[in-house]
Amino acid sequence: MPRTVCLRELAHGRTGDKGNRSNISVIARRRAHWDALVAQVTEEAVARALAHRRPSRVTRYLLPRLAAMNFVIDDVLDGGVNDALNLDAHGKALAFLVLDLPIDLPDHP
Amino acid sequence: MAKQSLLVGCGAGFSGDRVDAPGPVVRTLAARGGPACLMLETLAERTLALAQLRRLESLEAGYEPLLARLLAPVLGTCLDRGIRIVTNAGAANPAGAARRVQELARELGLRPPRVAVVAGDDLSGAEHAGLLAAAFGGERRPVSANAYLGAEAIAKAWDAGADLIVTGRVADPSLAVGPAMAQHGWSETDWDRLGRATMAGHLLECGAQVTGGYFADPGFKDVPELAKVGFPVARIDAEGDCVIGKADATGGCVTEATVKEQLLYEVHDPAAYLTPDVTADITQACVTETGPDLVALDGVRGHERPCTLKVTAFFEGGWFAEGEISYAGPGAEARARLAADILASRLPHLRLRADLIGVTSLFGDDAGRLLAATPVGDARDVRLRVAAAHADLEAARRLGEEVTALYTCGPAGGGGVRTSIRPRLTTASCFLPREAVHARFEWAD
Repeated sequence: MPRTVCLRELAHGRTGDKGNRSNISVIARRRAHWDALVAQVTEEAVARALAHRRPSRVTRYLLPRLAAMNFVIDDVLDGGVNDALNLDAHGKALAFLVLDLPIDLPDHP
Repeated sequence: MAKQSLLVGCGAGFSGDRVDAPGPVVRTLAARGGPACLMLETLAERTLALAQLRRLESLEAGYEPLLARLLAPVLGTCLDRGIRIVTNAGAANPAGAARRVQELARELGLRPPRVAVVAGDDLSGAEHAGLLAAAFGGERRPVSANAYLGAEAIAKAWDAGADLIVTGRVADPSLAVGPAMAQHGWSETDWDRLGRATMAGHLLECGAQVTGGYFADPGFKDVPELAKVGFPVARIDAEGDCVIGKADATGGCVTEATVKEQLLYEVHDPAAYLTPDVTADITQACVTETGPDLVALDGVRGHERPCTLKVTAFFEGGWFAEGEISYAGPGAEARARLAADILASRLPHLRLRADLIGVTSLFGDDAGRLLAATPVGDARDVRLRVAAAHADLEAARRLGEEVTALYTCGPAGGGGVRTSIRPRLTTASCFLPREAVHARFEWAD
């Protein structure tokens, strides 16, 4: 049976910030899941997860040798660390919003 | 014969880091022997502007307030064992920091250290006023404006025999690149080696973030003895490749996973990680565990450095006000939501952000779209937090007054009011030609 799991079970990641731009890494725990992540953890999926923050652009960079991807998300921090009213003005928690994405796994991963 | 590798240990990754971190790092560097450097990175984007404000109040202030507490436990060993110290703790006042280090050495009965000060990052003087006005618009005068310097002045100070090199704003990885450049005799256009050392410096620059800090997620990513997390130590060889480990007899861990997370931290295009020294390229990088708590980083390349330097300026940005109050038990969420509505109605002059901590907060946006889309639930322990910024102090103060008034005028059972108000700094960046910035080192008097 195909099953749906939370991305956090398949990958880990971390948020960084520079100005009003956030970057979120998504790193596969096992190479076996890399293809499923590339197919499903897309720019569109990340843009949807962050839609309420109104990102102006989401760019995904793939690093297959590290089984990792890096998302660069523009204009998503309400101005950034010196301007935002958020308790978490750096957006440090945002990686866990992405790690909450549902991922469909095939029968035999 | 191949040159000896350089060991670089990082004892601080931000302003406010643990003052007991450098001790185990220095003990490890001393035990390993060979050329070694203790790196203390204490200067985030904001830190420098805050330091500049302190310097306006006192000429001897404006450097890292924890400097003496970070150095006191290790300065003697470093001087005895030839472990050199490189730090950006100078912040807005590197010369003041250098004087404090010399005074500390006297207090501890140590030999006088040779202290080099890297200058040239501070662009707040008359010489650069025209360039900055052109970049940022002339109507606002910045509180501070600093260029990100690179590794060259640090390398020159190292070559000249400095025991301690104090800088203001330099690119964080350059704190490790400078010593590696000098130790291995690289030229300033040795792009591949500079690129590799830059990523070694990048792994080190945030202290425990590569050794298990900012990483643990119980049940998913467990870290042994995180309460005693050790800080990183990297061995940088003559090619610039590095093996990263951590201080002996400490907690935490160095694994492929911790290294990958830090490698990508604050990276945008992995083919072009820009610093004043080089354009580093990690698209072909790989990480390999070579032993317990030891990970090798290979495959990094470097390309020509950018022809401009990044400058960050800070401007006075009015006032930032925050207030919080909590509700618990049955109906807590409804009472907190009512309190938020009352504040919005009482403070129409403020663009108010409201968070329901325990329902939705960090993921939310300043416009309140996520909170508005969150269905009303029955959370039983909710802290309402509101925040606003305003140019006028009195207008901003109204926020704290209204949150406090919720005690008697708001919903039932509100408790634990906290309010705060502080000056706000806003920031802007620009790029200036290298020729406009004069990086150099000077000996402290």
